[in-house]
Amino acid sequence: MVDRVSKQFGGVRAVDGVSLEVRPGEALGIIGPNGSGKTTLVNLITGFVRPDNGRVLFRGVDIAKSSVEARVRMGIARSFQTPRPFYRLPAFRNVIIPLCSRRARERLGSGFGRREEVALDLLEEVGFERDAAAVTKPASELPHGYLKRLELARCLALDPQLLLLDELFSGMSPAETASLIPLLLRLVQEGRSLVLVEHRLAELFQVVGRVVVLDFGRKIAEGHPAEVMTREEVRRAYLGGEVSASA
Amino acid sequence: MTAPGAYRRERLDRGIKVRSDDIFALAGWAELVYLAGPRVAAAVLLLVFPLLRNWTGDYWQTVFLVAVAMMLAAVSWAFLENVGLVSLGHSLFFGAGGYLTAIAVLDLRLPPLLAVVCGTVVAAAGCGVLLGPVLRLRGVYFSLVTFALPLLFARVIEATKILGGTEGLAGIPGLGSLEARQYLLVVGLLVATFGLQRLLDSDYGLVLHAIRDNDLSVRASGIPVGWWKFGAVVVGALPATLAGAVLATHYHVVGMSAFALDYSVLPLTAAVLGGPGTMAGAAVGAALLVPLSELLRAFGTLRVVAYCAVLVLALVSVPEGLFSLVRRRYHQFERWVPL
Ligand SMILES: Nc1ncnc2c1ncn2[C@@H]1O[C@H](COP(=O)(O)OP(=O)(O)O)[C@@H](O)[C@H]1O
Ligand SMILES: [Mg+2]
Repeated sequence: MVDRVSKQFGGVRAVDGVSLEVRPGEALGIIGPNGSGKTTLVNLITGFVRPDNGRVLFRGVDIAKSSVEARVRMGIARSFQTPRPFYRLPAFRNVIIPLCSRRARERLGSGFGRREEVALDLLEEVGFERDAAAVTKPASELPHGYLKRLELARCLALDPQLLLLDELFSGMSPAETASLIPLLLRLVQEGRSLVLVEHRLAELFQVVGRVVVLDFGRKIAEGHPAEVMTREEVRRAYLGGEVSASA
Repeated sequence: MTAPGAYRRERLDRGIKVRSDDIFALAGWAELVYLAGPRVAAAVLLLVFPLLRNWTGDYWQTVFLVAVAMMLAAVSWAFLENVGLVSLGHSLFFGAGGYLTAIAVLDLRLPPLLAVVCGTVVAAAGCGVLLGPVLRLRGVYFSLVTFALPLLFARVIEATKILGGTEGLAGIPGLGSLEARQYLLVVGLLVATFGLQRLLDSDYGLVLHAIRDNDLSVRASGIPVGWWKFGAVVVGALPATLAGAVLATHYHVVGMSAFALDYSVLPLTAAVLGGPGTMAGAAVGAALLVPLSELLRAFGTLRVVAYCAVLVLALVSVPEGLFSLVRRRYHQFERWVPL
C-alpha cells in the first residue's frame, strides 16, 4: 500500500501525493501519459528511489526507508521498463543471478547445484522453450521480446508476493503478449499482488480489474477500467499524449 | 590479394579442449596429463626451487622470495580487476599487511607465524572497511581513491611520526628460515591462484561479474551489492597483505617504502603483461618481471629505461598477454588451408 507518497526531482514533482492499495490476489493497472510518474512510483515502491514524504506499507510494515535488497527479501520484485539484462551472460545464467539471492534460496530451494535446473524451468514458464537456442545465447543477441520475458523470469526467480511490471508488453508482438497473459492471471490466482504499468490498454484490461490513472505525478482517477476510460479528465490527460494503437 | 594457390592459416581448438570446457569426459591418462600437466608443472617448479639453494646461491633464493610475493600481489590485483575494481594503489594492501604484522609481533608479542596470519587477515579486513565508503564509486573514480590512499598513509606516517615515522618499525623477528618464508608464500600463491580462479568461475563469480556490468539489475535481484563488493575486496586483498606480512618478517623492518608506488605499479604491469583476466596470467607476469628487473641491475640507472622498453615491446607485440598467448597455442593447433 502506498500512502500519500511524493517525490520531487529538482523542480519536477514526479510523484505528488499518490495513494493506492493492492491486495493479495489482486492485479492493479497504472496508466497515464509519458512522464506522468509511473516509473517513479514503481521506483518508490521497490526502493530504487526514496520518497520525500509519505509512507510505503507492505503487509503493514513501513518500508519507505528499507533498501532494495531488504524489500526483495520481503517479497517485492520489479521489472525494468528498458530491459537491463546481463548482456554477456547466456539467458539462463541471467536467471542464476537472482537465484543466488537469499529469498530464492529460501523459497525456491535454489541452493548450490540446483540453480541451472530452476533457471531452465523459469525460462520455460515465460516462454523460452527448453533446449531452444535462445536459452544459451548471450542476452546481447536476443531480440527485444525475449529480453522482456527474461526480465519477467528474473522477477519470478524471486518468488514475489508483490510483482511490479513496468511496461512489460511494450515492444512485444501480439502473439507474445497473448502467451504471457495466462501466466500473469495464474500469478494473481496464486494470491500474489500484481502491479502492471502499461500503455497497451487492451492487453492490460484482460489482466487487471482496477486501474489508477496518473497525470503530472497526481492520481486523477481510479476504478474499473471501462468506467475510468469514459471519464472526462482521463480523456483530456490522454489527448496529445500517446494512447497506444491497441487502446 | 588471393592468388591461386594461396593459403591461409586456420586455428582450431583441440578436441580435448572443446570437451573439457563443457562436459568433463576424459579419455585416458594422456588427456589427464594434457589438462593437468601445466598447472602441476608450475606448482612443482615453485615447490622445488627453494630446495636448490646450494646450486642457485642465496641471492637468487631471495629474488625467488620477492618474486613469489609479487606474484601474490599480482594475483590480488587481477582478481579485483576482474570484478571491476581497478586498483592503482596496491601498496595499500601490501603496506597494511607489513605494518599490522609488525604491530602484532612487536606490540602484541604474538609469535611470528601467528602475527603473519593475524596481520594478513586484519589488514585485508581493515582495507575493506577503509575502501567500503568508496566502493560505490565507479571505474576511474575508485581507481583514483586507491591511488591516493597509500600516498596519504605515507605522508601521515612521515608527518605524525606514528608507526616509527620515517624510520619504520624495526626489529621484527624473522619467520623461521628462508625456506619457511618461501614455502609460506608458495602455498599462499597456489591457494590464491587456483582458489580465486575457481571462485570466479563459480556462481559467486557470476554475481561479481554481474555487479561489475550492471549493478542495478543485481540489486533488483535481491543481492546486497555493497556487502558483495566488500567481501570481494577483503578476499581479493588477502594475497597482497600476505605478501606484505611475510616480506616484513624477511626484511626485519617495515617502513614507509612499503607504501611506495613500486608496489602499486608492479602488480598492475605484471597482470597486463601476463594476460589480464586470469589469475595464472598475473602470476606468470610477475614471475617474469621480478627476475627481469634483477637482471637489469647491470644497466645501472638505465635499468628503468630497459625495463620499460621490454614492457612496451611485450605489450605491443602480445597485447593479449603472454600467458593468454601460450595458453591459446597450447589448446589450438594450426594448419594451412587453401583459400
Ligand atoms: N532520476 C530522475 N531524475 C530527474 N528527473 C526524473 C528522474 N526520474 C524521473 N524523472 C522525471 O520525473 C517525471 C516522471 O517520470 P517517469 O516516472 O519516468 O514517468 P513515466 O514512467 O510515467 O513515463 C518525468 O518528468 C521525468 O523527467
Ligand atoms: Mg516509465
